[in-house]
Amino acid sequence: MKLQQKEEPLPDLLEKDQPLLEVKDLSLSFRQYREGLRETDLQVISKLDITLYKKEIVAVVGASGSGKSLLASAILGLLPENAFLRGTINFKGKPLSPERQEHLRGEEISLIPQSVSALDPLMKTGKQVQAVIKGKNKKAVQQEIFDKVGLPSKTSNSYPFELSGGMVRRVLAATSLASSADLIIADEPTPGLDPFALKETVNYIKQLAENGKGVIFITHDIETALKIADKVAVFYAGQTVEIAKVENFCGSGENLRHPYTKALWNALPQNGFVPLPGSQPLLSEVAEGCIFHPRCPVKTDLCKKKQPESKSKNGEMVRCFYA
Amino acid sequence: MRTKRISLYILSQAAKLLTLLIAISILSFMLVSYSPIDPIRAYIGGDMLRVSPEQRANIEEYWGLNEPRVSQYLNWANSILHGDLGTSLLYRSPVAQVIAERFVASLALMAIAWLLSGIFGFILGIIAGMKKGTWIDRLIKGYCYVLSATPTFWLGLVVVIVFSVWLGWFPIGLGTPAGILEQDVSLTDYLRHLFLPALTLSIIGVANIALHTRTKLVETLNSEFIWFAKAKGEKGLKLLWRHGLRNISLPAISLQFASFGELFGGAVLTEQVFSYPGLGQAIVEAGLGGDVPLLLGIVLFSTIFVYVGNLMADILYKVIDPRIRKEWN
Repeated sequence: MKLQQKEEPLPDLLEKDQPLLEVKDLSLSFRQYREGLRETDLQVISKLDITLYKKEIVAVVGASGSGKSLLASAILGLLPENAFLRGTINFKGKPLSPERQEHLRGEEISLIPQSVSALDPLMKTGKQVQAVIKGKNKKAVQQEIFDKVGLPSKTSNSYPFELSGGMVRRVLAATSLASSADLIIADEPTPGLDPFALKETVNYIKQLAENGKGVIFITHDIETALKIADKVAVFYAGQTVEIAKVENFCGSGENLRHPYTKALWNALPQNGFVPLPGSQPLLSEVAEGCIFHPRCPVKTDLCKKKQPESKSKNGEMVRCFYA
Repeated sequence: MRTKRISLYILSQAAKLLTLLIAISILSFMLVSYSPIDPIRAYIGGDMLRVSPEQRANIEEYWGLNEPRVSQYLNWANSILHGDLGTSLLYRSPVAQVIAERFVASLALMAIAWLLSGIFGFILGIIAGMKKGTWIDRLIKGYCYVLSATPTFWLGLVVVIVFSVWLGWFPIGLGTPAGILEQDVSLTDYLRHLFLPALTLSIIGVANIALHTRTKLVETLNSEFIWFAKAKGEKGLKLLWRHGLRNISLPAISLQFASFGELFGGAVLTEQVFSYPGLGQAIVEAGLGGDVPLLLGIVLFSTIFVYVGNLMADILYKVIDPRIRKEWN
């Protein structure tokens, strides 16, 4: 009897245990034409994993070109036409098919975009935000949210060119606040913000998570990531090399498991300012072995020959033979 | 502040038009005066043999043809400033009156062609841009390239052969049926004679606007704000309506206004093919027949016509585009 009860968990327990978003073994390549008509596939993401629960903020950290923003496009289903995607993306337990993505965009999945040119230059900002609000009183709801993020009430009648960069970022954040989405993807929402506006934006995003939403916070700023996130996923050349809890970023990084994460942590000014020699390769440039081995301080012959599989434990993950 | 800016704008535009007219009038007067056109021969025509050298010298004296070119020009410019464009040698009536009559006929033709080519070009451009890379896009693009490479007069001939000669649906030429008094011509007659020239001119005008609209739409659809609008859940025709049309209609409208020059050039050829009694046909007749006053009059008039088109494009931009409008206030 007791065993049977264990096998049938309570519905809300199931709800709690089920990840909001689950990305497993995701690979992405672009079809390209080189040297005339010869078709080649340019691999940009391989073996990407990420798991997100409700009320959780996972920061995705990595250098430019590590595939961070492409992850956002892949989840939204807005990749360029020549992109080819493999692997699994589950949202609320069910796979995200293109039809489902089209249906869920703006409804259950919302994006805070990276670029300040994401607003239509010829449409008043208020109207652009109202597009994601359901039901009546769109105008009132939008006005309320503008108040909340500290935008003056006349902003609603302004065109994007009349706003400063910081104000546009607030409008973009307001779009996500206004939507009823459960998953928020914030694609580098912070660069160019002054410390005050940065703190505010971080607070909005934390608020979103407290209200029960899941947030993927894409950034190359590891310090901001640590301030806001519960877990940090470190991307390197299109792979997730480690997913670590925020608490583990401390001291000289002895709790961090992947050498790249350690190097990132120790490169921060307050942690020794130690740079990691070399630069991030293209995924296609590393023919075999671990993607990080050319720059790894602890590499062995094994690392040059074989790709490490990912090892997961308690929601944390690492892709290294020696972690 | 605003009134000051607007009056400054009007003043500067007026000054530009004035300098343009002066430059054009000097240039065309020079060209005509160095050309082999003999105004006296053009005026007297077949009776030339019966004019003695003394009489000829008297006419030259009377018209001031013996004076230096500069003073000839100044005489002409002076009377234009007093509202006198001279008398047409071919039509034997004041140039201003000939231009007015002919322009009304041309206006109907050009207005129809301008509207139709604008609307159809815009729609074709949108379809091609939305379906970029598909067979329908290739079809529309190919059609536009062929049209761009097609001489207007040749298309006019094809249209006449198909619709007038083979099918017999429309009259072959002229603005009204031959041999009927003006008061007996019905509206249907006017329209039947207008149809083929307007069709020719419309077909030619489609290519430009369609290709521009297509490129602009493709560019807009690849922009970040369309990408973000899709991320917000907008899609399909609503997306096109809310974010696409706004951003492509402005360039299309100003392009269409700025195309008055091509429209007029097309009308010259089309009217010639269809013997349609418009301004375009008049300028060809004036050129071939040595009707200097009419030729110069039409040159000045068409300069103003094209300038007004460009000016309207400029003003529309200022009125419609919020980015420029706010700067303006």
